[in-house]
Amino acid sequence: MSTVIQSRKACTVNPLKMSQPIGGALAFMGIADCMPMLHGSQGCTAFGLVLFQRHFNEGIPMQTTAMSEVATVMGGLDNIGSAILNIQQRTKPAIIGICSTGVTETKGDDVDGYLKNFRATHPELDRLALVYVSTPDFKDAFQDGWAKAVESMVKGLAEPSSARREGSVNFLVGSHLTAADIEELREISESFGLEATILPDISGSMDGHIPDDFTPNTLGGTPVEAIRRMGEAELTIALGEQMRPGAEALMAKTGQPYVLFDRITGIEATDQLLDCLSQLSGQPVPGKYRRQRSQVIDAMLDSHFFFGGKKIAIGAEPDLLWNIGSWFSEMGAIITAAVTTTHSPLLEQMPCEEVLIGDLEDLEARSAGCDLLITHSHGRQAAARLNIAFLRMGLPIFDQLGAAHRLSLGYRGARDLTFEIGNLLMAQEEENRPDSWPLPTEDHDAHAPFAFG
Amino acid sequence: MLQNKIQDVFNEPGCSKNQSKSDKERKKGCTKALQPGGAAGGCAFDGAKIALQPITDVAHLVHGPIACEGNSWDNRGSKSSGSQLYRTGFTTDINELDVVYGGEKHLFKSIKEVIDKYDPPAVFVYQTCVPAMIGDDIEAVCKAASQKFAKPIIPVNAPGFVGAKNLGNKLAGEALLDYVIGTEEPEYSTPYDINIIGEYNLSGELWQVKPLLDHLGIRVTCCISGDAKYHDVAQSHRARANMMVCSKSMINIARKMEERYQIPFFEGSFYGISDTTESLREITRLLIQQGAPAELHDRTEALIAQEEARAWQRIAEYTHRLRGKRVLLFTGGVKSWSVVSALQEGGMEVVGTSVKKSTKEDKEKIKEIMGQDAHMIDDLTPREMYKMFQEARADVLLSGGRSQFAALKNKMPWVDINQERHHAYNGYEGMVNLVKQIDLALYNPMWPLLRKPAPWDMREAQT
Ligand code: SF4
Repeated sequence: MSTVIQSRKACTVNPLKMSQPIGGALAFMGIADCMPMLHGSQGCTAFGLVLFQRHFNEGIPMQTTAMSEVATVMGGLDNIGSAILNIQQRTKPAIIGICSTGVTETKGDDVDGYLKNFRATHPELDRLALVYVSTPDFKDAFQDGWAKAVESMVKGLAEPSSARREGSVNFLVGSHLTAADIEELREISESFGLEATILPDISGSMDGHIPDDFTPNTLGGTPVEAIRRMGEAELTIALGEQMRPGAEALMAKTGQPYVLFDRITGIEATDQLLDCLSQLSGQPVPGKYRRQRSQVIDAMLDSHFFFGGKKIAIGAEPDLLWNIGSWFSEMGAIITAAVTTTHSPLLEQMPCEEVLIGDLEDLEARSAGCDLLITHSHGRQAAARLNIAFLRMGLPIFDQLGAAHRLSLGYRGARDLTFEIGNLLMAQEEENRPDSWPLPTEDHDAHAPFAFG
Repeated sequence: MLQNKIQDVFNEPGCSKNQSKSDKERKKGCTKALQPGGAAGGCAFDGAKIALQPITDVAHLVHGPIACEGNSWDNRGSKSSGSQLYRTGFTTDINELDVVYGGEKHLFKSIKEVIDKYDPPAVFVYQTCVPAMIGDDIEAVCKAASQKFAKPIIPVNAPGFVGAKNLGNKLAGEALLDYVIGTEEPEYSTPYDINIIGEYNLSGELWQVKPLLDHLGIRVTCCISGDAKYHDVAQSHRARANMMVCSKSMINIARKMEERYQIPFFEGSFYGISDTTESLREITRLLIQQGAPAELHDRTEALIAQEEARAWQRIAEYTHRLRGKRVLLFTGGVKSWSVVSALQEGGMEVVGTSVKKSTKEDKEKIKEIMGQDAHMIDDLTPREMYKMFQEARADVLLSGGRSQFAALKNKMPWVDINQERHHAYNGYEGMVNLVKQIDLALYNPMWPLLRKPAPWDMREAQT
């Protein structure tokens, strides 16, 4: 149980948070043949592009309505129309995902109304899916933008259906899952003979593959057609608290039940997921996962010595913070500093005294004396100044390779993480020295028994 | 106010591209109308930040929603020999209430916090789109804060939506001219003092050139803005000569310093051997013209002879491996001729060079170097570039990060020569390094492994 407090500083120093619209745009990057677009000035898109390119080491499809100063004053709705026509002509995507920005929300354009009109006057574009999501920069954070984009996709695309396809399951996944996590998720559900629709699926589009030909849109990802048919699945499984609104929206639209798992890492979290899939499919848990489960147990046995009592500082978005923080506390470590970006019902349940909605300056101030600092790449300066071990997690990770391929979901994810972090902590252990156990000076000096010379 | 500034920088007489335009064209400025759904560049704020963030000991405070700083901070490659404060991300991170009631108080409080906690010699305050829209007057806030805290608080009024990066560079230059340059007097000056303008010390590349100048006793009193300190910029008006690097991005600083402080300048580059030599000669010539002893000339020539020979000798080790290799050079066109000549020095053939942002002079120069049939590309779509490498019409791509995948995804080598690169390519040292990096990229033994199909694919292809 923890107290949630909000930083009261006027000036944010070393931001932990990133903006909503690019969170939304990344969710759209998990859709097949998609062109994500920010409704804003071109610079907002350029920053997002560079950020994702450096994190994923991939070419990034992302467009802009290129609002000029004049357009922001006059209203930028026409820019949306011309952008759609232009994109349609140049790259012919199956879907354009539009996120608003601070620039366009300050004036408050009625984008939904405009799009309705646009649709009516452009029947030739009927096959092009358009999803709009409102994501002002001056509210909320990256994770919220992702969640809202997923919710908008469900609302805009999924079709009500009474048909239920046996063995078909939906996963709504939060922004804290990497491409590797999603791939693992697919493999697990396939091993139960289930056919999974994963939304959004950045494992196809952002996992660093070699395309056969040039494509300006996303390559891989959830097909629009699959989103339309999500209502036909037997069950929706939401991973991450941020996915609740999306799951609720899907239930409202299709009458389909959902379960939500707020964690993806750890033995119990994986047990629950596998048990759910086993019951859904009527299949026993495959032997390879039973073996992997005992490997996790063994990994924990081997490494808990190095976790016990260790002080951990974490800066992460709420779902990632909850997932990794809960896991650390299961391993016997103590969360001594927890800083996050935005509100979530999970924050109050965090296994630590206090969760601060703040920045990396706050985290740095709370991390002195910790054994391990965990946050995205921007924590590198703090870690260097504090001279403590540093594990990069979250987004962006721009100064290390392979960010998309880091696995923490499932037994394998938990096992590898246990070893990776165990090794980091082991390297921190201090060697004992002759002066490691000095007597407390005050009271012993007072009545020293022998005085020579 | 801001509109006047923008007109003013568009009217830049020092810009030859501008001077070749008609009056009407000039009014329109150099920012092309952007096409919704077809634009990709950075905003004016980005440009201003690129130009000023390399000033190392000041606080750079961004007034705006989290997008502008939160998505991009500590992401550029300028290096510092001292303070690391410039790598700290400061932003007002304005919220809904600010948007409704105005963010000026929030900004003022933020300035106070920064000064209380970090006590920098100055604070640079950057305007962005949203506060500009709601009418926050950052100039007024900075003025009030300067008085209250007795410290220079510099407004940088270049909200993103007024234009592209290039305009932002220039508006940043205006901010320095209006509020910083000439506001302090140096303790002493020498006849050997120069400023280098438009050099950002990416990957520390300034330090590839400084030893040459040090050796000649030439003092770089200020580099604007790579590895600069606030007081150096404030005192830079006492230099004897200015060198203006990197196309036209800060030409307004060089020209106005000439106007206001009679500091002559020349445009030069440290990209490539002949350019470096030329620049050293120009610096020397200007310094002597301004009163430095004439013997500097001979010392410069001696150094050039020695260093050129040393560079050539090292490059020659690669020439036989690089001879005839076909390079596609995609830099956006800034001074690409200077890199072209460097590559030719290494025996390579430039099969194409982008001239999107090049001036007419630049293009003439390229023709001069590459011959009349120089393959100048105005704009290459990503698809076309991809195809070029798919069909192996070039052996290696030299470009910025954004187009790297055109080569890499076709299993062809790429060498990063833009902003975020890890290697430094300035001066004689830099050119040797560039040639070495190209050689490493081209001859990495992994290429044939990557290109060879899997055995089953081969078998399937045969049957
Ligand atoms: S275009 Fe405006 S809102 Fe967008 S990043 Fe640039 S300054 Fe910020």
